[in-house]
Amino acid sequence: MQPLLEVWNLSKQFGGLHAVRNVSFSVREGEVVSIIGPNGAGKTTVFNLISGFLQPTAGEVIFRGQVVSRLKPHQRARLGLGRTFQIVRPFSGLTILENVMVGAFLHTRSPAVAREEAMQILRFVGLEHRAHQFPGSLTLAGRKRLEVARALATRPRLILLDEVVAGLNPTEAEEMIRLLRRLSELGVSAVAGVEHVMRVVLRLSDRVVVLHHGEKIAEGPPEAVVRDPVVIAAYLGGEVTAGA
Amino acid sequence: MTRWREAAIPLALAAAVLAVPLVVKNPYHLNVAILVLVWTTLGAAWNIVGGYAGQLSLGHAAFFGIGAYSLALTAHYWGWSPWAGMAMAVAVSVPLAAAIGAITFRLRGPYFVLGTLALAEVLRLVVLAWRDLTYGAAGIMVPEIFPGLSRAPYYYFIALAAIAAVGTTWWMERSGFGYYLTAIREDQETAESIGVNAAWYKNLALMISAAFTALTGAFYASHLMFIEPDIVLSEPVSVQMAVVAIIGGRGTVLGPLVGALLLVLASEIFRAQFQQAHLLIYGLLLMLTILFMPGGVLGEIQHRLRLRAAPRPVIGTTFSSSHESSGQREVG
Ligand SMILES: Nc1ncnc2c1ncn2[C@@H]1O[C@H](COP(=O)(O)OP(=O)(O)OP(=O)(O)O)[C@@H](O)[C@H]1O
Ligand SMILES: [Mg+2]
Repeated sequence: MQPLLEVWNLSKQFGGLHAVRNVSFSVREGEVVSIIGPNGAGKTTVFNLISGFLQPTAGEVIFRGQVVSRLKPHQRARLGLGRTFQIVRPFSGLTILENVMVGAFLHTRSPAVAREEAMQILRFVGLEHRAHQFPGSLTLAGRKRLEVARALATRPRLILLDEVVAGLNPTEAEEMIRLLRRLSELGVSAVAGVEHVMRVVLRLSDRVVVLHHGEKIAEGPPEAVVRDPVVIAAYLGGEVTAGA
Repeated sequence: MTRWREAAIPLALAAAVLAVPLVVKNPYHLNVAILVLVWTTLGAAWNIVGGYAGQLSLGHAAFFGIGAYSLALTAHYWGWSPWAGMAMAVAVSVPLAAAIGAITFRLRGPYFVLGTLALAEVLRLVVLAWRDLTYGAAGIMVPEIFPGLSRAPYYYFIALAAIAAVGTTWWMERSGFGYYLTAIREDQETAESIGVNAAWYKNLALMISAAFTALTGAFYASHLMFIEPDIVLSEPVSVQMAVVAIIGGRGTVLGPLVGALLLVLASEIFRAQFQQAHLLIYGLLLMLTILFMPGGVLGEIQHRLRLRAAPRPVIGTTFSSSHESSGQREVG
């Protein structure tokens, strides 16, 4: 079966800096893939390339069998590609419910239907009792949930989650992981960007892609990747040598 | 059922506006009322793109002037009826708005505000310079839509236009389109990430806004019976449209009506005393609004009501702690 998302030799240069270099990977239907890597490894850049907020210097993005590399962000969203932002970006002048409704309008024109669906999604992420408050009243963990809820309201097939657990305390992180594990109930696959190798987070993923200085240095099941000496060396900041 | 209840207040308000000539017979007062509604319509038109979509325009005089000159020139040269001239006003201004939007909304930064500013100024200069066609600064006579002595028909017309413009905003606020515009204003990239074609919706807002502005421009020309570039294409027109919406409340349905009432009444009251006082009044009102009511009069009121309606958070955390985590919490 064809993968849901395929990324071929994706590269992005900012001036002389290779933020992402020759990265390829794929995501199958129903999978949760983590992209891990230390600060500045290129995770956010990869997300921006996949979702269309940046144009690649080279490479292709194929989503549901269609080359989407030249499409605008809103067109990719329409095809079922959702995303969240590393720095949460709620519509702060709208209530929490209305934030999610904006997402739901992608597939309905009726405000009543959008409201009903947004409410269901708020229930799914555990924010239903805050529906009529403003995002400003939420903690960071709450805002991250709102970010996920708004993206889910568009009924994506795949959701790109940029640092969903960064800045959360262990309890909050655990709750977020539980929430993401339930994405399959909605038929949504996910790519999660994660800065630190957290065991809890690795529990989340079926597969892990490791980025370092913009390059993919490892890929595989989480247990194998965290033991990979190349990966450990990258996180310790040492020279990457295969035999270390 | 709820739909009707929701519409009851707006319908009552519309009826009240339409009933004004039954009570107000004094022609001077009726003219002031017409002015209030002219500026309500203009403020509402500006509000769609400047308030809801958050795209600041300082050149709406362009659409207003196009409306005025469409009616004047088609009547003068081709003997068209004012109604046909009005249709022409809309037919010219909407594609022009679409073109300006298509160019400036793709770009990031202050291109829209600069583009609109430039458009209005260029049009003013062209109309001034092209005397063979427009009579330049000398101005041009405009036929009346409603010949006769009574001002009441003019009142009814502009009242319907104002109701249509404010009604459009009212409908918009309840539709997906309105939510999209608000989302774009709040954060365009986020809106795009959830499938909103921001450039298109901003452009649609601008086209609707331009249509109402041009219609009002044509009406105003016919109401005055005479236009010149410095009346209908001048910067004060652009600025006052924005000021009406900002003082009344950007992104509120009735803000433009409140702003128009305040501005028109204030300038009527003070005009008798000081010649150029209305400019001073705008400045003062604008300053007071920005200092004490940044959301405008209605914006401020609505904000307070909304805060009161929303229950305060009971607990500090985001979600209930009823399900404590049991898994490992190691951080690698
Ligand atoms: N718009 C940009 N212009 C120039 N350089 C950029 C830009 N965006 C990212 N970079 C650089 O590209 C590299 C990769 O950044 P990126 O944000 O993708 O990393 P990341 O893995 O998401 O890191 P973080 O853990 O900080 O989120 C960094 O060196 C960063 O400074
Ligand atoms: Mg990042």
